Amino acid sequence: MMTRKELDLWVGIFAVAGIGAMLFLSLKVANLASFTSADTYQINAKFENIGGLKIRAPVKSAGVVVGRVGDIRFDNESFEAVVSMNIDSRFQFPKDSSAKILTSGLLGEQYIGITAGGDSVNMKGGDTLKLTQSAVVLENLIGQFLYNKAAEGDGKK
Amino acid sequence: MISRVLELMRALGARIVNNWVWRLGFGCRFLWLTLKESGPSFRRFHLTIREIYFAGVLSLVIILVSGLFVGMVLGLQGYDTLVRYGSAEALGVLVSLSLVRELGPVVAGLLFASRAGSAITAEIGLMKATEQLSAMEMMAVDPIARVVAPRFWAGVISMPLLAALFSAMGVFGGYLVGVRLIGVDEGSFWSQMQAAVDFREDIVNGLIKSFVFGVAVSWIAVFEGYDAPPTAEGVSGATTRTVVTSSLAILALDFVMTALMFRGL
Repeated sequence: MMTRKELDLWVGIFAVAGIGAMLFLSLKVANLASFTSADTYQINAKFENIGGLKIRAPVKSAGVVVGRVGDIRFDNESFEAVVSMNIDSRFQFPKDSSAKILTSGLLGEQYIGITAGGDSVNMKGGDTLKLTQSAVVLENLIGQFLYNKAAEGDGKK
Repeated sequence: MISRVLELMRALGARIVNNWVWRLGFGCRFLWLTLKESGPSFRRFHLTIREIYFAGVLSLVIILVSGLFVGMVLGLQGYDTLVRYGSAEALGVLVSLSLVRELGPVVAGLLFASRAGSAITAEIGLMKATEQLSAMEMMAVDPIARVVAPRFWAGVISMPLLAALFSAMGVFGGYLVGVRLIGVDEGSFWSQMQAAVDFREDIVNGLIKSFVFGVAVSWIAVFEGYDAPPTAEGVSGATTRTVVTSSLAILALDFVMTALMFRGL
């Protein structure tokens, strides 16, 4: 029979290993350390069509993640989607910056790309981006393509 | 003829009431008693530590080895499918998400039920059959506080740790096969995984799952042991029932929790 000391040692090792595994999952797998959710400011943008954008989708500028999508609402007055983005306060953008909804890869997830403008005044929390470009919807694209083809065919006659 | 049908229906009803409804009610009362009497299992924590050793530490080998193999199989199978779509780098995402969300808690729970749950049931059932529990009562020691509660809490504490170890081992196994053996790019293996796995949504939900499975398995194990008929067949039947009932409970609870947690955004 084991003494109580040995038991304690083994259970201690077990607990340390288990908590270590949890830490490994949180830090290495989920990469908890890299995004600090505390220091962010919120900016809004209105889009005609957000396509498949989801909450917590990344907000990137020049390909670098600068924030995450916080909330997506429907504005019943302008009939547009209002997307709130939580931007890391280390990153400041000029007031006339523009936002696009982009797709990573051909069929990848959608994210918001911010292109910095030239204004000397930076955006504050609660500001709304004026220049936006909606998501590319495949059906619209195909429809446009067919329409152009049809127009071309008419011109040749 | 009609009397025969009535007889059959009566027998069926009696079976359902006696085997399921009555036992469920007794089980709930038993859980309440266990929770109420768990004071000593924390005040005299060495009782619980002893049981954590038997339930948790001794399950480590099977959990770690199965986790490693499950991760390696996921790596092979996932690579085989993903490479057809030209996205072999997403292997890390596939391995880690399926482990952290589902396979870690569920498989660790199933292994825990058959490795530790059955042992707990057999031990308590045998203590009852050899009248050790009655002897304790004679000495004014509450068997629920002294025997049942420490084993229950040991299971509840061990299960999330085991599930986390299983998932971590599985991710490591997927890394071994995917990166070391097949040659998926190491950087994108980890970075895609880190981009896709969320702490709150995936890791915490997985831990919640494993905690719930721990409660369910430990509860079923101690209850079946305590309720076992005090005979050799009774104890063996109770051990079988522990494994069967816990496995079904884990899978059913997993469905319910998955439906609640991952309904999509």
